[in-house]
Amino acid sequence: MNHLPLIIKREYLTKVRNKSFIIMTFLSPLIFVGIFALVAYLSSLNSDTVRKISVLDESGLFTNEFKSSPHLQYKLLSGNNLSEAKKEAESQEIYGLLYIPKIDKLEDLSKEITFYSEDSPSLSLMGDINDLLENKVNTLKLKEAGIDSETIKNLHINISANQETFKGKETSKLGSGLKLIFGGLAGYLLFMFIIIYGNMIMRSVIEEKTSRVIEVIISSVKPRLLLLGKIFGTTLAGITQFVVWVVLILVLMTVVTSIFGIDPSSATPSQQVLENSVSGGTQQVLQDVMIEINNLPITNLIIMFILFFVGGYLLYASLYASVGAAVDSETDTQQFMMPILMPLILAVYVGFFTVIDNPHGTVSQVFSYIPFTSPVVMLMRIPFGVPLWQQIISVLILFASFIAMVWFAAKIYRVGILMYGKKPTYKEIFKWLKY
Amino acid sequence: MEKLLVVNNVSKTYGDYKALNNASIEVEKGSIFGLLGPNGAGKTTLIRIINQITMPDTGSVFLDGQPLQAHHIKDIGYLPEERGLYKSMKVGEQALYLAQLKGLSKQEAKERLKYWFDRLQIGDWWDKKIQELSKGMAQKIQFVVTVLHKPKLLIFDEPFSGFDPINANLIKDEILKLRDEGATVIFSTHRMESVEEMCDHIALIHKSNKILDGKLIDIKRQYKSNTFEIGLITLDHASISAMLKDKFEIFPATFKSINDELQYKVKIPDSVSPNDFVSYLTSLGQLTHFVEVVPSASDIFIETIQKN
Repeated sequence: MNHLPLIIKREYLTKVRNKSFIIMTFLSPLIFVGIFALVAYLSSLNSDTVRKISVLDESGLFTNEFKSSPHLQYKLLSGNNLSEAKKEAESQEIYGLLYIPKIDKLEDLSKEITFYSEDSPSLSLMGDINDLLENKVNTLKLKEAGIDSETIKNLHINISANQETFKGKETSKLGSGLKLIFGGLAGYLLFMFIIIYGNMIMRSVIEEKTSRVIEVIISSVKPRLLLLGKIFGTTLAGITQFVVWVVLILVLMTVVTSIFGIDPSSATPSQQVLENSVSGGTQQVLQDVMIEINNLPITNLIIMFILFFVGGYLLYASLYASVGAAVDSETDTQQFMMPILMPLILAVYVGFFTVIDNPHGTVSQVFSYIPFTSPVVMLMRIPFGVPLWQQIISVLILFASFIAMVWFAAKIYRVGILMYGKKPTYKEIFKWLKY
Repeated sequence: MEKLLVVNNVSKTYGDYKALNNASIEVEKGSIFGLLGPNGAGKTTLIRIINQITMPDTGSVFLDGQPLQAHHIKDIGYLPEERGLYKSMKVGEQALYLAQLKGLSKQEAKERLKYWFDRLQIGDWWDKKIQELSKGMAQKIQFVVTVLHKPKLLIFDEPFSGFDPINANLIKDEILKLRDEGATVIFSTHRMESVEEMCDHIALIHKSNKILDGKLIDIKRQYKSNTFEIGLITLDHASISAMLKDKFEIFPATFKSINDELQYKVKIPDSVSPNDFVSYLTSLGQLTHFVEVVPSASDIFIETIQKN
């Protein structure tokens, strides 16, 4: 008698038909996209305001330097003295007044220029103005020293070292960035998946205990089978939800961006990193990205992603299930959650700090073999190129520990599901293993 | 008689706690076997061992002559004391699921469920969720699910809890009917009147040990104490009472009667036959009431537990 498909089917259907599950499935992407749209909308509102800045340039050095942009309008004053200009700026609700006094030596400018405004001005605005002034002054200084600015421009050479591995594969900063994104995304996805759906399994076990249906069930099927069915069923439900989320978010994003005319790529910092790392137009960036993506070990990445994702999730899921079996109610789970979350959080920290710093360092290597951290850490390392044998060993360790963990969890489960009342201690749970 | 279930010297220890110590029982085919004992005596452990929920440390269990194996699950129907159903699942779906877990095909399960639901007149609950039903209603579903796969051995742990007297009677009749159709029943309860009414055979477990086992009638014979309840109309109650007290061990008794009479429970020595006792009593007055006091299951239960 093979009841596993039957159990998986029930677990899956129960989860998927659950009202709060359905609501979460469809509401989360709405909220996510809604918040994104709101933020984008607000920031566009923010930058829509036009700032007017008066410039009183007594030195006459910067007359042609201030160029208005849609968000920033410069108004050059002439003939006013400083106090008049200040009064005028205040009464006309002008954002600020830039005062450049008449000076004898260019060096003095650094101390003499003043910006007057109602409140303290925005940092980015001040940065822009300072840069602008600095550039001009530098050019002037060079001229003083008898060097033409054109000469300087011609003298300046941009260096960007070509990166290549010993085997002749080209690498680049852009590639490293992409690898980080791939690895980080995979690791983070797994982390979220474990937390959300691990909890779901735990709750489902607790529900069976509190509704007292468990003894009826295990007089028909072996606890290990029930445990496996529960894990697989919930995993399938989780994957369903994830897929719906991804599809909905993509669709909604497209709709939102076309309505608001927001370019979503401009909002992601990673994209900016990429843009900064290469010089050239967006077209060029896109091309480079495509080339780099093609350079990634895609097949290897996808296969390993699936293996580590499944293995890591199953490993943690069986832990969650045994916690569910050990307690009577969700409030009692706290004490047992810590030991589960610790390695998971550790994995993410190691992933985001050590791996980024040195993908093949000793720490990264060790943690990519330990089954509780390997799914996250190894997934983050693979884009940087990990020898296949290392990956295989790590996967084997992971799945071997999953099998051991199911055995271990089933033991706790078998005893725990029939225990009611007192919250067990670790010592008692350890004893259960021997029953 | 053929034995359906034989449990041989089964022991089970949880940590330092011995839950069951060398327990053996034999259950005859087609009988109702009462498994009795105070709370925490080890009944549930024994039942769980029979259901292969827990494995015994030592000892063996045979069902129909074969050592207990995984496939025997479908030959056993178990209604646990701690029972419940998935609250948010619909009645029909849930019953189908549980029946399929016991090895029935979906079609078969549907047909049998329809039969039982019609019979217990609960057909219109099919699409209701368990949480919408009362406890008694849910218990009925649970009962149906337990017997649906026509197991050879039925194990009921406190089957009547949660039922009103009408439904308890209904379930009792169903159990008796199942027995008549050939099923063997193990029945664990604290309700002694149902033990009295239904059980052919009882075993008493106390502090992890089986302390009493046998046919209910035999045990009763064993426990009877040659005591008779009598009603006697006499001219002089006081002097007759004194005479009786002199000759026998007597206890006060009260029973409903239309006469004004002496009412006693009298224990007679083995040397005196009941016939002799009756003639003696008729010589003292008019005998209106003469019944042998048979120990009830409850009396036996209490007496045995106290002795141990």
